[in-house]
Amino acid sequence: MRMFTRSVAAIAALSLLAAACGGDDTAGDPLAQSEPAGDETDDTDDDVEGEEEGAEDEPGELGDDAVGVDEESADLLGAGATFITPLMLEWIRDNEPGINVNYQSIGSGGGIAQFLEETVDFGSSERYLTDEEVADAEEIRGCEAIHIPDAFGAVVPAYNDPDLDAALEAAGQDAIVLDADTIAGIYLTEITSWDDPAIAELNPDVELPSTALIPVHRSDGSGTTYIFTTYLDDENEQWAEEIGNGSEVDWPAGTIGGNGNEGVAAETQQQPGAVGYLSIAYAIENDIPMAAVLNADGNAIHPSVESVAEGPQTILDDIPEDFRYDILGVGGEGFPIVGTHWILAWECGYEDATADALKDFLRWAVTDGDDLAEDLLYSPVGGDFEGRVLDEIERINSAE
Amino acid sequence: MSSTSTAFAPTHRGLRGSARGRRADPLFRAMLVLAASSVLLILAAMIVRTSIEASPVFASEGIFGFVTGQEWSVGTSRSEVTGTYGAFPFIYGTLKISFIAILLAVPTSIGIALFTNEVAPAWLRKPLIYTIDTLAMVPSVVYALVGLYFFRVVFWGPMGELVAGSPLGEATTFFGPPVLLASYWSAANILTIMILPIITAICRDVFAQVPADERNAAFAMGATRWEVMSRVIVPQSFSGIVGGTMLGLGRALGETLAVAVLIGSSQRWAPQLFFGGDSMTAVIANTFADAHPEAVWALLAIGVTLFFITMSVNIAARLIVARVNRRVGGSVVA
Repeated sequence: MRMFTRSVAAIAALSLLAAACGGDDTAGDPLAQSEPAGDETDDTDDDVEGEEEGAEDEPGELGDDAVGVDEESADLLGAGATFITPLMLEWIRDNEPGINVNYQSIGSGGGIAQFLEETVDFGSSERYLTDEEVADAEEIRGCEAIHIPDAFGAVVPAYNDPDLDAALEAAGQDAIVLDADTIAGIYLTEITSWDDPAIAELNPDVELPSTALIPVHRSDGSGTTYIFTTYLDDENEQWAEEIGNGSEVDWPAGTIGGNGNEGVAAETQQQPGAVGYLSIAYAIENDIPMAAVLNADGNAIHPSVESVAEGPQTILDDIPEDFRYDILGVGGEGFPIVGTHWILAWECGYEDATADALKDFLRWAVTDGDDLAEDLLYSPVGGDFEGRVLDEIERINSAE
Repeated sequence: MSSTSTAFAPTHRGLRGSARGRRADPLFRAMLVLAASSVLLILAAMIVRTSIEASPVFASEGIFGFVTGQEWSVGTSRSEVTGTYGAFPFIYGTLKISFIAILLAVPTSIGIALFTNEVAPAWLRKPLIYTIDTLAMVPSVVYALVGLYFFRVVFWGPMGELVAGSPLGEATTFFGPPVLLASYWSAANILTIMILPIITAICRDVFAQVPADERNAAFAMGATRWEVMSRVIVPQSFSGIVGGTMLGLGRALGETLAVAVLIGSSQRWAPQLFFGGDSMTAVIANTFADAHPEAVWALLAIGVTLFFITMSVNIAARLIVARVNRRVGGSVVA
């Protein structure tokens, strides 16, 4: 028996240590976590998976397969934001140049890390590179990292309160109207119920219920959080002072978190009184009630594919040359909480075949990929802005 | 045993010593040493590696500051520590849910073990044991989902409402409202279910080890079943129960996915039981994928801290067992 407990204790100790360190050891190495994207590729095409290794070793190498890859085309390896994954998969499957892309959906942070480590051909992110990252990039490859916007997405406030739904219906109003100050108030836990005077002022006709509100945020670092907090940071002084913006911020006490859009949606749907923020596609697909938000012109805008697409149009002139921008101060008929998804590429250092494949793929995605984007509730790059983006794509591999 | 090497019992014909066997002996010994030492090497490598990676954060916050700091606010740097990293909310959450889980699981496990060993009719024992063992094989992601979509909505939430609405909830902050579905309470409950099979299995083993003579003697002196269980079997098995508890606590401290889904992941701590909080493993799992380099160091620092917590829990358990055995004396297990 002595031996038994001793070995039990030994096993216990070791399994604890393994538990304590196992998860973290891989944390030092972003590559260790990047799964070979088996799930995603399975969905699209088995051939994509088969091509993967060739893509890593010899970017120019090309196999003949059922997807109809052009002779001159080569495989691409990309990694980054989960936000774009559903659309990216459609693009990969349907793109007309027939470029075979392997995309690893590991999150914006991982995408940027892998891009800067040059383990992928392109990165993908919902935030642009910081000044430090831009400087580092210059040092790493000896040329600039290029930001290429390829789609816009909105973040919408969603809630769970049958009482409020009933009250809205009684008043004949489609959605509760919020503005940046009331959203910030809810997340700062200063507005604790729907019948707060600030919300009542925006919804004079509605008999607001007194449900206690529980703000739900993303617990993982996320581009969705970046878009949401950047909007509040710009609009609300108290928010800017106390919370700021980022893909992960220091949330006030009294809020709870959910992992991923699924996690926030689960909390929002199950917890009475919950208020969450979700990627618009997710909220619409799951039929979660959304709030309309006042934009800079004082119009209450209900989130939809059209109103989201309007947002970026109103600020096109302010977008800088390097495409590192936030979409703020949206007016007109545009929904105000909007963010951009960027593809990150290099200005130099690609093999010719890889560069051509990347350019062909992106050119197609930005122009002909629009319908697929709209089907999936993303707002495509359009209008004059499309021209600027196409020019930016031409910069890939242009420097020597 | 015979006059030849004790390693080769001559009673089995097929195991008679041979020249080849004798040559193989040192080789086999070397393999065993290698296997045993590989554990130590792997462990040492992990500790050294994580500690080195985490050192900038410890240097910037100080070990005490890191452990007691209440603000977790990550920076975006690739080369230096610019954020504020206080891991108290996570340490607090991990310990809180783990100890509540132990509090709930240990008495239940002892009860199950006593029932299967002593009380249950023979035909029920095997199926019951299989059921409990099956519980141990369910992957934690399944527990996470069942907890998220079913248990907390149907059981834990309403139970929390009941307690928070009772005089107990009004009198104490700990049991007070509001009741959230994502809470320490939900996380502790899922952990309870997850560690139950381990503790039960060990309790069953150690209870079965109590010498039949002692039990029979107690029965012969007129002790009831309850008296035999509570005065003979359980006290005799104390160190085994502690061992099982430690194994369960180990799983509870290290469990990641189910906790990350159920605890509320707020990166804050709350004094209440029914409110959302965060745990060490949950914050690592939740934020790692999108973390900037400096935040990764901070997450590694949490990993190192968790390592030391589990180690001290283990040492404390050994000390308890040693002390109790000295006092009680004559324990079956040590």
